[in-house]
Amino acid sequence: MAIKKFAVACYDTEDTLFPAVDKVRHSGYKLHDVYTPFPVHGLDVAMGLKETDLHVAGFIFGLTGTSTAVGFMSWIFTSDWPINFGGKPNWSLPAFMPIVFELTVLFAAVGMVLTYCYLNQIMPGVKKHIFHPRQTDDYFVVVLELNEHSSEQEALAFLGTTGALETNIQIAEEGWWYGRWDEEETYELAK
Amino acid sequence: MHLKYESIVREPLVDGNKTYRQVTEDIISPIEKKPGKMWYIGFFISLILLGFGAFSVFWEVYFGIGVWGINRTVGWGWDITNFVWWVGIGHAGTLISAILLIFRQGWRTGVNRAAEAMTIFAVMCAGQFPIFHMGRVWDAMFVLPYPNTRGPLWPNFNSALLWDVFAISTYFTVSLLFWYSGLVPDFATIRDRAKTKFRKRAYGLASFGWTGTAKNWQRFESLSLVLAGLSTPLVLSVHTIVSFDFATSVIPGWHTTIFPPYFVAGAIFSGFAMVQTLLILVRKILSLEEYITLGHIEAMNKVIVLTGSIVGVAYLTELFMAWYSQVVYEQDAFNWRIIGPYWWSYWAMMTCNVVSPQLFWFKKLRRNIPFTFIMSIVVNIGMWFERFVIIVTSLYRDYLPGSWTYYSPTWPEVGFYIGTFGLFFTCFFLFAKYFPVVAVAEIKFVLKTSGDNYKRDMAKEDEKSLEEFVHENSHH
Repeated sequence: MAIKKFAVACYDTEDTLFPAVDKVRHSGYKLHDVYTPFPVHGLDVAMGLKETDLHVAGFIFGLTGTSTAVGFMSWIFTSDWPINFGGKPNWSLPAFMPIVFELTVLFAAVGMVLTYCYLNQIMPGVKKHIFHPRQTDDYFVVVLELNEHSSEQEALAFLGTTGALETNIQIAEEGWWYGRWDEEETYELAK
Repeated sequence: MHLKYESIVREPLVDGNKTYRQVTEDIISPIEKKPGKMWYIGFFISLILLGFGAFSVFWEVYFGIGVWGINRTVGWGWDITNFVWWVGIGHAGTLISAILLIFRQGWRTGVNRAAEAMTIFAVMCAGQFPIFHMGRVWDAMFVLPYPNTRGPLWPNFNSALLWDVFAISTYFTVSLLFWYSGLVPDFATIRDRAKTKFRKRAYGLASFGWTGTAKNWQRFESLSLVLAGLSTPLVLSVHTIVSFDFATSVIPGWHTTIFPPYFVAGAIFSGFAMVQTLLILVRKILSLEEYITLGHIEAMNKVIVLTGSIVGVAYLTELFMAWYSQVVYEQDAFNWRIIGPYWWSYWAMMTCNVVSPQLFWFKKLRRNIPFTFIMSIVVNIGMWFERFVIIVTSLYRDYLPGSWTYYSPTWPEVGFYIGTFGLFFTCFFLFAKYFPVVAVAEIKFVLKTSGDNYKRDMAKEDEKSLEEFVHENSHH
């Protein structure tokens, strides 16, 4: 992926985070992302993020499970290997229901978790840049993306006016890569 | 900005003066320390039990199912009793994490992680019993519908026993996914504050590279909610299907429509009892009294008295239906349960499950920790006897008086059961050492509404008149 320059600001309460995010959005700086240690309700709206469609994926996987179960059992009991159970109909839909239900839930859950991992780009062995070690502890970290025209001093001064506890400039890989978390990577901007 | 307000009438979920950082420190620091002496002793005992269980199972597999006490009349004995018992225990975790999420019960946050772990380990224990009950365990995969060279011959999808295979395996998978998806951000917390290289690397792998971006959290919440929605009917379906193993047969004492709700209530009952047993120990040993508070324990005791009473009503309904049906087989089955050779198991069940939990109607006892601990064990003994009563006392006197028998277990059966305790506690000790036993991110999420120190500020809000309150908080 790409190595870029970022301006980082840390906050320790939601009361300063929300106005800061608002200010950044109206400032003309490009908001790279906001990192929080827990789900902060309303932050996605404040950042202007769209609502996720993950649950739609869950629904589609669920339907796949339902049709797999109904189709598979129907095919087996009516054409592949019909068995007479005490003279009952071969296609005994009510008796299929428990397995149809279980497979619906199984497909929906497994499919949705895999989709979730894919969308979030998370997997064992994946490494991403951590802007502040306390972003998974108690800090809310707002990251701006700088380009070659932006002044570092101006960006830091701007972040200072938003009530940030700490500000700094970092050069980092913006995406993910395979790596070990006990090893440090250092980057330089490509000229 | 949004309002963080909860009335002070509600008990705080987190006691003490907590900040986000303090929450992390309290819950994660036991993972970073060397475990205490008690941990090593407990873990070692669990390993011995597990080893004895493995030996008992080896004995059974090597010499065949004949080394067990079961016979032609009593085809299901301790093994299926233990299976149903463990599966039942496994119900509390998903109930807490899924159903209580949907009902917006804030107190679930303190206990859900440990309860879900308990669910997963209990289902692992449960699964052993039907697998080894098959006798020729190397053919266990025959229950799966895979294209095989025997036809392909498929399993009977109309059989309650096969439904059970699907139900238990789905339940295990979904619970595991639910549990682990919640663990990922907490592992990232451990990773980012780790001081040693090994811990950084191991938790780096376990955390899947989680960084906590706003979009990731948004998807996280969507995933949790949908998984909770899926798990809610799932948790009810699992014990329903387990009860079908009995209810779809024509054995007096089993052939009844009351079984699904009765089994589900019993499962929740025993599951919460097991959660109490474990959490009362965990909160003490890991000093988590401020996160797993008396309020949590009381809330769970309320669930225990409710489900215990449902189970009691079910027992009485069974007796009434046996009399009212005028079916002589049904009447005899229940008559022998009460005064037959297994009378002691019936009365143990009645005392432990129906009579003693009624003491929880007293608030003093609901909030008494030693009493709760003893009761939680009493309930689990009672629920074990319930399954024993249902299984053995329905089978030992069948339609032919010539084949009536008295069943007692042999040592490999008992050893197998003891071995699953070993498995359960080995897993739980490892969990308590290496995993955050309270969901860190979720506690932080409720901290400002339900934390003790934040709730004290709410007293001011509570004194305001409604007009004043609305005026201050609606200009947005």
